[in-house]
Amino acid sequence: MTLLSIAHTHGEDVALFLHVLGAMILVGGLLACASSLAFARGDVRFLRLGYFSLLAVALPGWLLMRIDAEWIASKEGWNAKGVHTPKWLDIGFFLADAGGLLLLISLIAGGIGVRRLRAGKGTGLLKATLVLSVVLLGAYVVAVWAMAGKPN
Amino acid sequence: MSFNQWALALHVLSAFAYVGGIVLFWVLVVAVRRVDTPEGTLRMAPIVKVGNAAVGIGATGTIVIGIYLAFALDSYAIWNGWIIAALVLWAISVELGRRTGAAYMQGMDKAKELDAAGKPDANAELLALNRTSAGVVLHALTSLAVLLILLDMIFKPGAP
Repeated sequence: MTLLSIAHTHGEDVALFLHVLGAMILVGGLLACASSLAFARGDVRFLRLGYFSLLAVALPGWLLMRIDAEWIASKEGWNAKGVHTPKWLDIGFFLADAGGLLLLISLIAGGIGVRRLRAGKGTGLLKATLVLSVVLLGAYVVAVWAMAGKPN
Repeated sequence: MSFNQWALALHVLSAFAYVGGIVLFWVLVVAVRRVDTPEGTLRMAPIVKVGNAAVGIGATGTIVIGIYLAFALDSYAIWNGWIIAALVLWAISVELGRRTGAAYMQGMDKAKELDAAGKPDANAELLALNRTSAGVVLHALTSLAVLLILLDMIFKPGAP
């Protein structure tokens, strides 16, 4: 069986697999970012490692998670006008989108911070990136709880 | 939310901790390949502890709550093929993860030895230990086993 035929036969399962995999990569990237920045103690190598964990791991994870969320929603008809969506789905969508915005802000702040490291500055911005990545981790724990537990 | 809904949520959160820890270790596997000093190697120890905590909590949570759910939910049974496959893959992933840790601890131990001997300079043997190919292969196999568990959990092959 080819990958395309699997995707056709088990479309929702494939979308769900990629959605969960993306979310897991996102959480791993945030964990790596937060730990590297938290234990860097001013060491440029670890500050850069923390930022690039966010850029090269968390961001692709978020994109995979969000694109496949849309795929699942379109297959289930959840993004059609006037369709009543369950509360757990609303929580998931809100946290994914608000989290995406926070991720973007932390990437911009961290990117400027990493550039300024060459001039011996930028640690303040990377501290902000650390705080935002911890907030994002907390938000995504709530999102996973809502998506998996499906509270009414 | 019912007790079983909470259990399912915690089971999935544990899986996220497990995979999140494995992803964190991939970041370290790549980063440590350029580290040839005892100080640089030892600075990674606190991040390794975070990864170990995530993997430990995640692996324990998935198996304990997963087995509970297999007994508690009417639609599943512990002898279902896909659940047995998940249990076997979980055991394989844990053992592979243990061996990965042992492979990378050689570099950490060497760094401690050099640090204790007052040799802070770059060391070729330490760099070779940090670039362990056995460690990379073992971590890739651990990741593959966990990926197969995720596929098994979502597709549930053979489930009614």
